[in-house]
Amino acid sequence: MIRCEGVTHVYQRGSPFEATALEDVSLEIGAGDVIGIIGATGSGKSTLVQHLNGLLRPTAGRVYLDDVDINAREVDRRRVRQQVGLLFQYPEHQLFEETVTADVGFGPRNLGLAPDEVRERTARALAQVGLDPAVFGPRSPFSLSNGEMRRVAIAGLLAMEPRMLILDEPTAGLDPASRREILDHIMRLRNARGLTIVLVSHSMDAVARLCRRVVVLDRGRVVAQGPTRDVFADPARLAALGLGVPQVAECARLLRERGVPVRPDVLTVEEARRAILDVLAGVAGRRPAPKKVP
Amino acid sequence: MSDLAPALIRVRGLFHTYEPGAGEPVPALRGVDLDVRRGECVALIGGNGSGKSTLAKHLNALLLPTAGEVIVDGLDTRDRDAVWAVRQRVGMIFEHPDDQLIAAVVEEDVAFGCENLGLPPAEIRSRVDEALRIVGLEALRRRPPHLLSGGQKQRVAIAGVLAMRPRCLVLDEATSMLDPAGQREVMETVLRLRRDEGLALVLITHSMEEAALADRVVVLAGGTVALSGTPAEVFARDDALRDLRLEAPPIVALARGLAAAGVALPAGLLTAPQLADAVAAAYRRGRGEA
Repeated sequence: MIRCEGVTHVYQRGSPFEATALEDVSLEIGAGDVIGIIGATGSGKSTLVQHLNGLLRPTAGRVYLDDVDINAREVDRRRVRQQVGLLFQYPEHQLFEETVTADVGFGPRNLGLAPDEVRERTARALAQVGLDPAVFGPRSPFSLSNGEMRRVAIAGLLAMEPRMLILDEPTAGLDPASRREILDHIMRLRNARGLTIVLVSHSMDAVARLCRRVVVLDRGRVVAQGPTRDVFADPARLAALGLGVPQVAECARLLRERGVPVRPDVLTVEEARRAILDVLAGVAGRRPAPKKVP
Repeated sequence: MSDLAPALIRVRGLFHTYEPGAGEPVPALRGVDLDVRRGECVALIGGNGSGKSTLAKHLNALLLPTAGEVIVDGLDTRDRDAVWAVRQRVGMIFEHPDDQLIAAVVEEDVAFGCENLGLPPAEIRSRVDEALRIVGLEALRRRPPHLLSGGQKQRVAIAGVLAMRPRCLVLDEATSMLDPAGQREVMETVLRLRRDEGLALVLITHSMEEAALADRVVVLAGGTVALSGTPAEVFARDDALRDLRLEAPPIVALARGLAAAGVALPAGLLTAPQLADAVAAAYRRGRGEA
């Protein structure tokens, strides 16, 4: 669906503050993919995702949406942004309308849609993030909890009916229940509507739980990309890049260090539980439970 | 709790009500009691809107009680003459490192608080040097703060607080904007300060993994203390945690899952190394080695 070819981005080119934020980045995101982008602070994650919906133009290289160069002169960038929705960090700071309904409807109104269509899309988008339009619609966005405000911001993107959603740290600053709710809604949307998801996050646990593929950035370059399980199977490398692995993967690594032959590539609590039980069942002389890779 | 070691911070019956310009008053704290002993590490957790940050701001007199009292090292925060002494004793580190750094180079930033205390220049010099050494940033002393990583910026903020010679550091979501390396860097720094300098720590966090490193976990909900105890005690209360919009760290959930499947593990495992040790011991027993 989206393809970056040799994308380089230089900020303040030709000035004493010139800084290369991205260097020769190539990657492909297929329709329906769920991709995680991880990297230390300053590795270029936010710069990269702003190229995916045409907010930034590459200094060199190209970005294609369905094989069309989105920075070509004749391409309508507003249409690109409608198809590729980008949720910035702390999006609740961008809520501004008097009611939730008005805020979520802002984008569709600007598309010039009929009021009925705007109303319908707004109600649908709110329902998709688990907020009852009748209850939350008339309320002021500023009377909501942080988690609810975050969901209103996501509904604002969904009301544009995008095909792809880019989420830059969507759960930062939220309590564990709100984190889980937001991630669950995102996955439900993906499954129900085939939405393509790009998740930028410092939470290795969230990336491990949601993403099928992971792209690792370091100082503006892609230094690893592949299936989530493969990327997280190299904890030493990730640590050197300022990153980590999910806690249960760290536990599996420590177990191997202690001579317990647990599978190193576990990603979730349930996988880790099964892997450890397999090994213990083996030494207890019982028949090990059948290995099942989810 | 021993009466022989009086609490460094004593919060009793604390109420706080925000009075917005328009609209209804908002009660944020409704009768909170809390003690923080010298050198103790207390994690303050709770759902969004539970009152954690409001409580934190009372610990160094950024907010004053609507009712009840906050006593810091014998000083009542409502006593106007004590405000600066309270703030010198309890330093705050906030979530956004960029909001806290103001000077053009690192060491000036670290000196800022001391200058406000009106200390003589030689004393400031030696305190700044010491603080930078403790957080391991001597080599970056002449750098402009905006060129540092997130973790380094938070360490600069910590050094600035340390130079005031506090008794307690309050970290309000101080790692939530940082990458995993930055998070480790800040947590290792503050835990070392607690060990080496005897500083008390109050960690306000949404990270259950960080809370698991504390001596005591206090859970706030709706402006009151809903649950408190050692991390092992609090994280064992799965149902209560769910009602409070929290959850146990993944390692605790994994240990519980293993125990439920019949693996003999000691209670109270909280961290990956603890669980790995316990499972390795079970493995060796299974092989007849132990």
